[in-house]
Amino acid sequence: MPHVTPLNSLSFARFSSQLAGAGVAFSVGPFVVSLKSSITSVAEGVYQLYGEYPLIAGGADRFVDYYLALEQSQGLRRWHRPQVKFSYDGLHPFKPLPLNQALPLFEWGLNWCVASQMHSYLLIHAAVIERNGVAIILPAPPGSGKSTLCAGLVSRGWRLFSDEMAIISMADGQVVPCPRPIGLKNESIQIMRDYEPQAVISRASLDTIKGTVALMKAPSDSIRRAAETARVGGIIFPRYQTNAEALMTVRSKAQTGLYLADNSFNYSVTGARGFNMLAEVVDGAACLEFTYSRLDDAVRIFDALEWSA
Amino acid sequence: MMARPLLSEVLINPDRVTGLSLQQWDLLIRQARHADLLARLAYLLAGHNDLPEPAQSHLDSAWAFAQRQAQSVRYEVANIKKALSDLDIPVVLLKGAAYVMAGLPAAPGRLLSDIDILVPKQRMEAVENALLLYGWRTTHHDEYDQKYYRQWMHEIPPMKHGVRGAVIDVHHAILPPTARLKPDSSKMLATAVALAGQMEICTFTPVDMILHSATHLFHEGELEHGLRDLVDLDALLRHFGTQNGFWEQLIERAVTLDLTRPLYYALRYTAQMVATPIPSFAVKAVARLGRPPAALLWLMDFLFERALRPDHVSCDDRYTALARWMLYIRSHYLRMPFHLLFPHLIRKAFKSHKGSTSLAEPTVAKE
Repeated sequence: MPHVTPLNSLSFARFSSQLAGAGVAFSVGPFVVSLKSSITSVAEGVYQLYGEYPLIAGGADRFVDYYLALEQSQGLRRWHRPQVKFSYDGLHPFKPLPLNQALPLFEWGLNWCVASQMHSYLLIHAAVIERNGVAIILPAPPGSGKSTLCAGLVSRGWRLFSDEMAIISMADGQVVPCPRPIGLKNESIQIMRDYEPQAVISRASLDTIKGTVALMKAPSDSIRRAAETARVGGIIFPRYQTNAEALMTVRSKAQTGLYLADNSFNYSVTGARGFNMLAEVVDGAACLEFTYSRLDDAVRIFDALEWSA
Repeated sequence: MMARPLLSEVLINPDRVTGLSLQQWDLLIRQARHADLLARLAYLLAGHNDLPEPAQSHLDSAWAFAQRQAQSVRYEVANIKKALSDLDIPVVLLKGAAYVMAGLPAAPGRLLSDIDILVPKQRMEAVENALLLYGWRTTHHDEYDQKYYRQWMHEIPPMKHGVRGAVIDVHHAILPPTARLKPDSSKMLATAVALAGQMEICTFTPVDMILHSATHLFHEGELEHGLRDLVDLDALLRHFGTQNGFWEQLIERAVTLDLTRPLYYALRYTAQMVATPIPSFAVKAVARLGRPPAALLWLMDFLFERALRPDHVSCDDRYTALARWMLYIRSHYLRMPFHLLFPHLIRKAFKSHKGSTSLAEPTVAKE
């Protein structure tokens, strides 16, 4: 492993001028992202959330997967309801958004890049956490509390792989970590501030299509160990239910497989290979449903999970 | 002549990738993605086993996507066949879908955004009705667009399947009736060949396939896929070019169909951009028949040398945007006389301004 220089080894002034100039490249899990932006909130947010990620210096040895830029719309929009435009190597896949959503737009844009062009992996919409070499996939419909649960568990010693997608290698079925900031919505933001006062949480963006959004920095240990893959031991569907007692129940494998296929970003693209890989992963994992109302219960029960080797 | 971009060098000689630095791979992948040729590149590099891991990952991804697309093209064609089988007419697949279904060397890694078909003009209404019956819907709900297509174009507005989302473009000619060139599409339709075991589903003869691709690229297209279309032409010319009498047939057919000019451009720019081998007698004959006057040729070289490069910032010079814009205007000008074109362009300019927000709903991760 070559010596790693974190992004925040640059001073903020140096970082932001490079960000506004040629762009700054850093690695995020298996990908190298180059980001360009002259927007202050982006510079501040990225420096805060990605400060510990490995900086990738330019030169003959650099391969960047995604050249991204976040720039303010020009013209009248500079003054009247300013907007931010996302671009991917000169392409503009989305409509501009209000300027205060620039930071979440970076996350959404990067999700889009991975989901739409990394078909060398099987990609499933889910959070993934790991402990003792065993990864747990947390797939879930919106409102199930997936991100909150994930944020809670990684604040208590679980390693963050992803809050957004399970990246499964087609070669060996291992999950590949891509630890990135966790998107917290609405009341979850305050819940996490109370639950983990040490957590680094970005300024909130109001009124996005997902409500108020703030980003919580990935734990340092998860960032440092981003190259360590793991096998899938469990697929657990979290279900937040007000005042519920914590309860773990078994789910059918067939149903779990179908759900994951449905919530895969590229199941149809990967064809038979995707099907076989999915079947293998579901086959080798415990499939469970977890109902809960308190994060502490969740941590206690997840910590007690034991996996046969 | 401008230096060839890295992508063109690799298309000409895939072994060129040996010893590329990661930084050069980075550039190659970006150029190929923007030219819609990443999956094609994956195909051309399939024999190279020792590619750097990050580049290989993008190539694998694009290849998986193209494979999936080829599969859905076959499925769509089966559906089109089902919808149109009662009409008892030839249905000619055009361009990408034709290459895929005929299993031509232009097919592997060829991406396509929709399926283009050509049917006899007098049966257009029956075709449209049959497609409606089988679940396709028109995509342009604007009355002006509908009228514009039906009155002036050589196709009806694209139709999209209500469930599968697949888009089909139904043509009755290869160029609009108002176009400068007047190829008789019915002659091409008349010689179309049925695909093995398919009866109604046909492709053009090889020479017509090439002439159509050239016409589409040089007299109609907006050139966003310019290099990709040139790569199609290259693959077709290399494949059929070895057959006895092919070049003579190609030239004769171009004369018959009034398509010597697009053929001239096709041979000139495939040779220039991707080094397509063309026998010198064919080069000379086509130059005699289809070469534009020197001043015009100078201008066309200036424009096409730029517009036929990958649509990526690394391939642009200060005139590229201008060249693309001029060719866009040219493509409209070649389609219809100015007195018809002008009001249309004005109207389009206003509409695209008004409608620009509806183009891209933020397709952020589903949640």
